[in-house]
Amino acid sequence: MDIHMVSIIGAVIAVCFGAIGPAFSEGRAIAAAMEAIARQPESAGTISRTLFVGLAMIETMAIYCLVVALLLLYANPFAA
Amino acid sequence: MHANPLQTEILFHLGPVPISEAVVTTWVIMVLLVAVSWLGLREASADAGPLQTALEVLIETLTTQVAEIMGRNSAQFVPIIGTLFLFLVSANLSAVIPGAQAPTAHIETPAALAAIVFLSVHYYGVGTRGWRAYVRHYTQPSLILLPLNILSEITRTFSLMIRLFGNMMSHEFVLAIVAFLAGLIVPIPFLALGILIGLIQAYIFTVLAAVYIGAAVGNTALE
Repeated sequence: MDIHMVSIIGAVIAVCFGAIGPAFSEGRAIAAAMEAIARQPESAGTISRTLFVGLAMIETMAIYCLVVALLLLYANPFAA
Repeated sequence: MHANPLQTEILFHLGPVPISEAVVTTWVIMVLLVAVSWLGLREASADAGPLQTALEVLIETLTTQVAEIMGRNSAQFVPIIGTLFLFLVSANLSAVIPGAQAPTAHIETPAALAAIVFLSVHYYGVGTRGWRAYVRHYTQPSLILLPLNILSEITRTFSLMIRLFGNMMSHEFVLAIVAFLAGLIVPIPFLALGILIGLIQAYIFTVLAAVYIGAAVGNTALE
């Protein structure tokens, strides 16, 4: 198994497991925001804006995994 | 579909400077935005024509949105935030035109935009609070958190860049794969989804820029 094989497997694992955590937490955040909007529809604007900012923060974790995967696939420092 | 999303195709050289496809698309978008605003406001009058009315509605919406995010004296930030939003919307949606590629799907354009946000955060922060107060806000709530505050300043700019790039680029990849697998009709819903993604990413980038600048000048509803 050469370094390219290992890089591909590493990229796959990074995206696979890196997506699980953000997916769960984004689901929880959206569920909480839905509940809040259902209770107080008049504050939907503020809630959804805060939700978007929060989702962007959570999503950052998944994006870091994407960066690692991209680096492994296209700019791997060990595969010269 | 290019093999490497981190690499760019060079169209031509302007002296020693290589000009890539994304840069040309950016220039076209800039010319279009300037031309539309110039045409709409060339003879601005109280009895507004359709184009001027559309522009006014747009600017008014942007102003209220920015005011809701940044709180008091937000009017001075409307030009930069609004321009950022309009440019991002047109850049993200330019992929819809056949033959054109979204410049935000290459890493340089998001990097430049994130650098603009990074610099304007410090510019407005120092300009509003003054040097001492601005540097001191990095040591809030306690001095131990100074390295973490500086680190978060860097990582949030980085993630601003990568978020836009990653979303736009990966969508292009998904489209390429679907078109490769299924041909003509099947990619159309994905194209429609791409419009949605482009709009949402433009919105998120703009809101985050507004929140960062608002936090730097010290008046924000959501810090």
